[in-house]
Amino acid sequence: MESWKRNPLIFLLTSLPAAFWLLVFFLIPLAFVWVLSFGEVAGIVDIAITWTLSNYARALDPLYLGILWQSLWIAALTTVICLVVGFPLAMGISFAPSRWKSLLLLLIILPFWTNLLIRTYALIAVLRRNGYVNDTLAWFWSLADRALAAIGLGGVLPDFVPLDLLYNHGAVIYGLVYVHLPFMVLPLYAALERMDKSYVEASLDLGAGQLRTLFSVTVPLAMPGIVSGIIITFIPALGTFLTPILLGGPDSQMIGNIIERQFKSANDWPFGAALSFLLMYVTFGALALRAAFVSRRRDAEAL
Amino acid sequence: MFRRAFGRASRRQFVKGSLAVAAAVPLWPQIGRAQERQVNVYNWDTYIGPNTLDEFSAATGIDVRYDLYADNAEMFARFREGNPGYDVIVPTNDFAQRMILAEMIQPIDKSRIPNFSNIDPRFQDTVFDPDRQHTVPYFWGTIGIGYRKSAVSPPPQSWGVIFDRSEAYADRISWLSEPADLIHPAMKYLGHSINTDDPAKINEAVELLIRAKENIRTIAGDNGQDLLLSGEVDLALEYNGDVLQVMEEDDDLSYATPQEGTILWEDSMAIPTGAPHPEAAHDFINYILQADVHAAIAEYVYYALPNAAARQLMSQDYLSNPAIFPPEAVLDRSEVALYLGEEVNRLMNEGMTRVRAA
Repeated sequence: MESWKRNPLIFLLTSLPAAFWLLVFFLIPLAFVWVLSFGEVAGIVDIAITWTLSNYARALDPLYLGILWQSLWIAALTTVICLVVGFPLAMGISFAPSRWKSLLLLLIILPFWTNLLIRTYALIAVLRRNGYVNDTLAWFWSLADRALAAIGLGGVLPDFVPLDLLYNHGAVIYGLVYVHLPFMVLPLYAALERMDKSYVEASLDLGAGQLRTLFSVTVPLAMPGIVSGIIITFIPALGTFLTPILLGGPDSQMIGNIIERQFKSANDWPFGAALSFLLMYVTFGALALRAAFVSRRRDAEAL
Repeated sequence: MFRRAFGRASRRQFVKGSLAVAAAVPLWPQIGRAQERQVNVYNWDTYIGPNTLDEFSAATGIDVRYDLYADNAEMFARFREGNPGYDVIVPTNDFAQRMILAEMIQPIDKSRIPNFSNIDPRFQDTVFDPDRQHTVPYFWGTIGIGYRKSAVSPPPQSWGVIFDRSEAYADRISWLSEPADLIHPAMKYLGHSINTDDPAKINEAVELLIRAKENIRTIAGDNGQDLLLSGEVDLALEYNGDVLQVMEEDDDLSYATPQEGTILWEDSMAIPTGAPHPEAAHDFINYILQADVHAAIAEYVYYALPNAAARQLMSQDYLSNPAIFPPEAVLDRSEVALYLGEEVNRLMNEGMTRVRAA
């Protein structure tokens, strides 16, 4: 690849649309929100920008920090489950015969063709008390009951009690994993696809077992993909607000729900802006960790 | 007897509403030329008759552009930075009052609304809009308890059944999620007026809810009626119209207004400040108040009519339905929420956050 330094004009021209996009749709709105976070509610629709820090002070109240903490662990657990489920999936696709690959990738992307709201509603139909999971379990239960009756043990089994699968943290995490899995699988697949498969063959030829090869060769080589996957799964999961509303129980609120409430029902835009920035600092923290990881890796390679 | 339209939905359906809004064509603020033969209406989702708009256009030659919202807060948020181009909106009492105070709603010229005389005298004046200078009543209703008759006995008489941490219905109860919708009923149960700015009384209600929360299945974003219907819960704090909707599908469901009194809400039509077609807006409001038109909408949405002339056209089935018109004794103890300032609003919202975080 040629260095951009040889053709600075072309570089400038081609990067213009992206720069414009970044400026108009990201930096300027973000600056508005940032300024807003130093404002005070001065009336029903009036906000006075007084450069007060009171919104940030309020955001650091244990009440809101507790909610941020809950959001962090829900997002973290979602990410870990996505990684554990997604890695074998990505490996499977990457090692599949090439004529199957595009079809398998399509299956991963397929859910994106349906609106998130509709997919989440569909999950309610699956998980509720008279949903598909409980119906299936009830069917097996009645089957077992009949089988027992046939051998003269009728009535031994108590009545089937449907499981309460909805309206708890478990349902929220399940919903988040379902929605975010493709975000994890795609970068993992890209990394595994780039990997030279002869390393794996060499490792196996030289006597390492499948597991040892996986953890000593495949995983380290796929590490950039793993880190990217973690980042782009964790960040949207952290800011989510729809899934806890629809699948969560009485205490399933995440920081995204609190921010949404400030802009709607609470009519307190400055506080909502401060909370958004609190969330953004956490995101920046995650990105900084990634940058640190990448530079350390580069240092290690240089040695 | 008349038959209600199948699949009639109710207006307060949070998520379906959001979807409708997302799908609605965005309304461009003022497309240059003034088009007086048009009216831009912004209303709750599924809160009008199936043919009302077409019939209005046929009768007056005025085109209707019609957009939907799912809750007051969403509508208010869109008007905060100025009118995005609407001529008629339908805010609820406290939001109407807040918007009048912020001069986001303009006065209505009653001389252009002769059908205002159809309105029940009881609704011709109101605390949140003295002399009805800015608003015209559309429909009213209550918040109460929807329940499954076979699972709840005796039928709920008091808010205590959902606020007392009753072990009998542990994990069989859902609450509403808008702060006022939940905290106001709790205040009624404690015997307080809902229109108080006393932080101690609001806090008392929040503490009550925190204690009761343990036995709550979920705090539903306004789909409590679906949870009732699917058997997920047996008791749901809900709007009467939402419960009426599922009562039609399942005879085992019913609706009760607790004897401590409840929250009455009144939706009103209003013309937002800066409306591009104020003339057509007046024509539209006047048309809706026509007895046969208002009655036709009521047959579809099944909320209580503040229009006395339209009520005369309704069936006995509608007029004697206690879920639509609660007993007088309950009405006497009920209240309409007023706008009490941003500080009270902040207390309510933070209270709700505390309830959920507890």
